[in-house]
Amino acid sequence: MGPVMSCVTENTPQSANILTRSLFLLLLLGVFPSEALLFLSVMTNYLSLALSLSFLFLPPFCTNSLFLFFSSSPPQASKIDSLRSKVDLLRLPLALSTKSISNRKSQLGVVWEKGGGGGSWAGGARKPRPPPASDMDNESMYSGYSYKSSHSRSSRKHRDKRDRHRGKSRDSSIRGDKSVTIQAPGEPLLDAESTRGDDRDDNWGETTTVVTGTSVDSVSNEDLTRMSKDLEDSSPLECRRYLSPALGAVLGLFALVTPLAFLALPQLLWRDTLEPCGTPCEGLYISLAFKLLILLISTWALFLRSPRATLPRFFIFRCLLLALVFLFVASYWLFYGVRVLEPRETDYRGIVGYAASLVDALLFIQYLALVLLEVRHLQPAFCLKVVRTTDGASRFYNVGHLSIQRAAVWVLDQYYSDFPVYNPALLNLPKSILSKKMSAFKVYNLGEENSTNNSTGQSRTMIAAAARRRDNSHNEYYYEEAEVERRVRKRKARLVVAVEEAFTHIKRHQDEDATASSPKHPREVMDPREAAQAIFAPMARAMQKYLRATRQQSYHSMESIINHLQFCVTHNMSPKAFLERYLSPGPTLQYLDTTRGRQWTLVSEEPVTAALRQGQVFSLRRLDFSLVVTVAPLPFLRLGEEFIDPKRHKFVMKLQSETSV
Amino acid sequence: MSAGQAFAVVVQRIEIRKLRHGDNLILGFSIGGGIDQDPGQNPFSDDKTDKGIYVTRISQRGPAEEAGLRMGDKIMQVNGWDMTMVTHDQARKRLTKKNEDVVRLLVTRKSLEEAVKHSMGSYPRQ
Repeated sequence: MGPVMSCVTENTPQSANILTRSLFLLLLLGVFPSEALLFLSVMTNYLSLALSLSFLFLPPFCTNSLFLFFSSSPPQASKIDSLRSKVDLLRLPLALSTKSISNRKSQLGVVWEKGGGGGSWAGGARKPRPPPASDMDNESMYSGYSYKSSHSRSSRKHRDKRDRHRGKSRDSSIRGDKSVTIQAPGEPLLDAESTRGDDRDDNWGETTTVVTGTSVDSVSNEDLTRMSKDLEDSSPLECRRYLSPALGAVLGLFALVTPLAFLALPQLLWRDTLEPCGTPCEGLYISLAFKLLILLISTWALFLRSPRATLPRFFIFRCLLLALVFLFVASYWLFYGVRVLEPRETDYRGIVGYAASLVDALLFIQYLALVLLEVRHLQPAFCLKVVRTTDGASRFYNVGHLSIQRAAVWVLDQYYSDFPVYNPALLNLPKSILSKKMSAFKVYNLGEENSTNNSTGQSRTMIAAAARRRDNSHNEYYYEEAEVERRVRKRKARLVVAVEEAFTHIKRHQDEDATASSPKHPREVMDPREAAQAIFAPMARAMQKYLRATRQQSYHSMESIINHLQFCVTHNMSPKAFLERYLSPGPTLQYLDTTRGRQWTLVSEEPVTAALRQGQVFSLRRLDFSLVVTVAPLPFLRLGEEFIDPKRHKFVMKLQSETSV
Repeated sequence: MSAGQAFAVVVQRIEIRKLRHGDNLILGFSIGGGIDQDPGQNPFSDDKTDKGIYVTRISQRGPAEEAGLRMGDKIMQVNGWDMTMVTHDQARKRLTKKNEDVVRLLVTRKSLEEAVKHSMGSYPRQ
């Protein structure tokens, strides 16, 4: 890189020098690692920095190392110091110590010497590989947790593609087991309100018919812990997740306004000296206008969506694209500033052509964004097996090429609609089977063994005795299971009959009946809510007993049942349709009230921006259960062909003849 | 056994003298099988793809029974003609040639194999 740079300095004139150096600087700042807010502060100082550095470029740039470049002259060091102080003021997380900044600088220097630019900077699509992470391990322990707060608001799944560049190569430089968080909008499964409602109304079944006994439910410890868990569950500080889409929108707006500014500035500033340009310019105006319109519409369609998940690490493709956009726009502005604004260029047609080329480039970047963000992962390449750790519910899904964090978000989307709801009450074997006490065997040693063998021998015999004794527990389990199943089926039968009978009590009131029946006796006309309440009473007891038997009583309060009944009555549903909600545990989404976020933690042995590979395992953890995801590649299919002529389908009878000779 | 493969079995020679019964010369047994028949229906064969000719019935005190033919025997040759790859009709024709009085059959049955093995086991081969 050094020799290349020196060639550049010798052969080209000064302005192009400044241009190329500023572009290299842009590349440097844009692509190599930097902290989010560090970069933000750099951007805010960008213009001043660019101008000042352009004077400073000349002597030190001939050296090979950027480290020397940064530290060679006092004004540059003061720039770095001012940046550092700004960083402290903004109160970055733990990992951003001065040590890490010096690490960064040495890393930059090292990579620069390795020829990290390499001439392919123009593509921008290459991901830089940082130096081996052994020297970065000292900060890896902090980064996983401390970056939860800063990164969670800076990476989104579906935000606007134009955003500030984040230090994306940080992700790949840090290795080790870490857990980072994904927040998905949603709500805790057990609404605090519904549990409280349960506690009040849990004996509603008994009071509506005959009082047979007292309800044994009360606010137990479990409910309290559950409620406190729900409060922890909700995602804090809702406005933080809109911060980076807002920044992205700013960049996007800036990029969209740029061509118009390119066109408008000459007209405003030196209108008199401009060469008039007729029809070709107008043609370019029209194409410019339509391309901008198409850009606007497609940006709205593709990228302006509210984010559905906050990812723990940067979304690499999106960062790449934002960096690309920023580079394009900045370099176009730079060139414009140097070539057009300063010398007050009079060839207006050239300026319009320049603006049109910028719009073309933006359209192509949008095409690239479409392919990278939306299309590439559509073709299935891997099969993910998702298993819930508590009850073994599992599903298989086909996904395409994704990074681990994107795959995790996708899996969670499917989880909420595919997996039956997690019911902690259904998990455990009855205590009577599991906690068979070991009988108190008193073991006497006969005096030959010494005391060191004593305890192990004793425990071994006790374990052996206990193992022999436990032979009958499977028997008990079997009978207990059969008993439970029989009870559930009996209650289900009673419930179905009660609901069917209840539904026969009402029918839809037709308007033409009104005139017929009103002279005889006025029938009471009810709205759906009243009708639901009217027919709820006969089925309430059976419903409650059934819910108790299947341990679902915490998910359905009386209020929710009456609401559902009202809904079914309004839409002319049959009793069976009303019951489908209670007879089988539905997907988790059914029990969610989607106003609050759900907190998930992604636990992975590899950095979460790594692409999916065969044999990877990662897990998504919630407070009381987790989903373990295993990645397997889809097999390669060799498809052959065989042509069968339809006329070749012929048959004969099977002969079995016996001849006597 | 599939077509074309060589095999070796222990065979027994049986000579049956045809009996004149009215206008016909009869042998006193019935055959089944053939390459045009369904081998899966054969109750006597071990290998259900064997399409050879099998003896399915022997009439009491007929010439076949007296000559030593048993039910379930597979006929390998008749008078030198091969019977392992013939159609049912061809087999019938070779057995009922009007100008032959005697048919010399080579038959095989499972008990023959075991008897030979048993005898070879007890007596060392010279």
